[in-house]
Amino acid sequence: MKTSLGPLLYCWDKGKVTDFYQHVAQSDIELVYLGEAVCSRRRELKNSDYLELARMLKGSGKQVVLSTLALIEAAGELSELKKQVNNGEFMIEANDMAAVGYAREAGVPFVCGPHINLYNAASIQKLADWGMQRFVMPIELSKSWLAKVLEQLGGNPNRPEVEVFGHGHLPLAHSARCFTARHKGLAKDGCQTICRDYSKGLLVQTQESQPLLRLNGIQTQSAACVNLAGEWAHMEAMGVDWFRISPASGTLPTLERTQEMGTDECNGYWFAEAGFNRTQPEP
Amino acid sequence: MELLCPAGNLASLKVALNAGADAIYLGLKDDTNARSFAGLNFTPERLKEARALTRAAGKKLFLTLNTFPKPGEEQRWYAAIDLAADIGADALIVADISLLDYAHSRYPALPLHLSVQASATNLAALSLYKDAFNVERVVLPRVLSMKQVRDLAKASPVDLEVFAFGSLCIMAEGRCHLSSYVTGQSPNTGGSCSPAQHVRWQEQGSDRLTRLNEVLIDKSGANEQMGYPVVCKGRFIADDSDSPEYLLESPTSLNTLSLLPELARAGIVSLKIEGRQRSPAYVEQVTRVWRAAIDTYLRNPDGYQVQTEWDRVLGKLSEGQITTLGAYERRWQ
Repeated sequence: MKTSLGPLLYCWDKGKVTDFYQHVAQSDIELVYLGEAVCSRRRELKNSDYLELARMLKGSGKQVVLSTLALIEAAGELSELKKQVNNGEFMIEANDMAAVGYAREAGVPFVCGPHINLYNAASIQKLADWGMQRFVMPIELSKSWLAKVLEQLGGNPNRPEVEVFGHGHLPLAHSARCFTARHKGLAKDGCQTICRDYSKGLLVQTQESQPLLRLNGIQTQSAACVNLAGEWAHMEAMGVDWFRISPASGTLPTLERTQEMGTDECNGYWFAEAGFNRTQPEP
Repeated sequence: MELLCPAGNLASLKVALNAGADAIYLGLKDDTNARSFAGLNFTPERLKEARALTRAAGKKLFLTLNTFPKPGEEQRWYAAIDLAADIGADALIVADISLLDYAHSRYPALPLHLSVQASATNLAALSLYKDAFNVERVVLPRVLSMKQVRDLAKASPVDLEVFAFGSLCIMAEGRCHLSSYVTGQSPNTGGSCSPAQHVRWQEQGSDRLTRLNEVLIDKSGANEQMGYPVVCKGRFIADDSDSPEYLLESPTSLNTLSLLPELARAGIVSLKIEGRQRSPAYVEQVTRVWRAAIDTYLRNPDGYQVQTEWDRVLGKLSEGQITTLGAYERRWQ
């Protein structure tokens, strides 16, 4: 199993994004997903900027995949998406079935991100027939669920690669509503890209001070950071191909495969429990 | 324009037909649909009765199969498709790709409706489902503005159905993990959002605390109207503030009576009433109001006005007695 870096889900200014990927270029991460997956109103970086970063990373020996939006509503977003799918240089990560549709139409290979609902082997096989090379397991599924899926796919020599969202704040939901703008009293159409002010989303706690969510524009994330590093050996044994890290700060996390989990970390989904649970698996 | 009403049992189905539903949607008594609650839904025998009743009334029956099959247990979902074909359901409402594929390849004459849980919000997604599985109709997620619905309807290769009234999901449906994050139960796999066994109400002094798997979702005065505790309608505290707020949405229901003419002009073929988990009395009242509204509109499209009485009835049946146009209205977003 190797490490991949998921798309940056927050809105950072261009300088910070560029610095971050320069840092990534020097790291031992082999696969990098790049691009805006949350909101089309974020325009700190244009497609051409992402392509430039992609080429830089490729030059450093990385595999690069261009990530696309998770929620596509407007015609303008669709035409942008079509351009991304047909960029002719890099594979794309589909996060909406629109991207799957365009890739299928164009006959180009693609990756399915965590927002495409692939819950069973027959669906995965269908998408593989359409050109899917790899998929990220939906975030709410467990080790035992994935094991069964992999068992079903087992004998298939063309089985797509499997990636697991292993580290970072979980993207739990997407809405038409921008929660960050609304919290700041701004209309979505006049949002001033206010999510830029929250480089790791806006933490939301219950009235008993229990951290619960992070508001990230139209996306709602988990307050806790999922950390499955302790499960590395299991994942590898199961046949998982990639362990995804989701960027959370300007630096990359060090994955401690033996250490106990922090109080702000969770792993419940992997053990078929509530996602926010923190379970210490039996050794 | 079809009025599509929910039925959690035969009693609801009968009152809905009586009150003017054109079509009924329902689910089986297991986890093959996203309203898998105790005491709700239909056994195969009851489903056959439902089929007979709707047929006798000259109305349609749709079977909802909108969860995602568990690996190794797919047979339960396939059997439900076989059953729908066997009883002659007028359509299957499906979200999962493997189920669309199964139904399309085995029963090409059985109309497929793409469930809202498939989260298809744009022309490219609609076209894909049409092309790959000959989907006849798509149920649109509650994330589109009225303008976006109109634009989509103009170009759509499939019929479109929208939610007209009921509980308001504010997230792109089928891709919301708030319930499973807090309870471990997901609409996609287990068939319900924030299931009742995780809900606990607790009195504390003059406050009432609402908990979901022990997580405090809201705290309110004992006399305050409270909604069902779902994460997206809780009161929480943002890091840059001291006071609890409805940071995602307040307890409210979707009510699009005022949009009916626009939806009709856009060419929407079906108006869906949410609420298979609701009582027959609820289903009857809501159906009656919507029947009256649609008939009023059809008799005189230009003279259509929402009657105060309709709003009053629906308001009383709404969460927190508050209604909204949700994402249809750009300002809401």
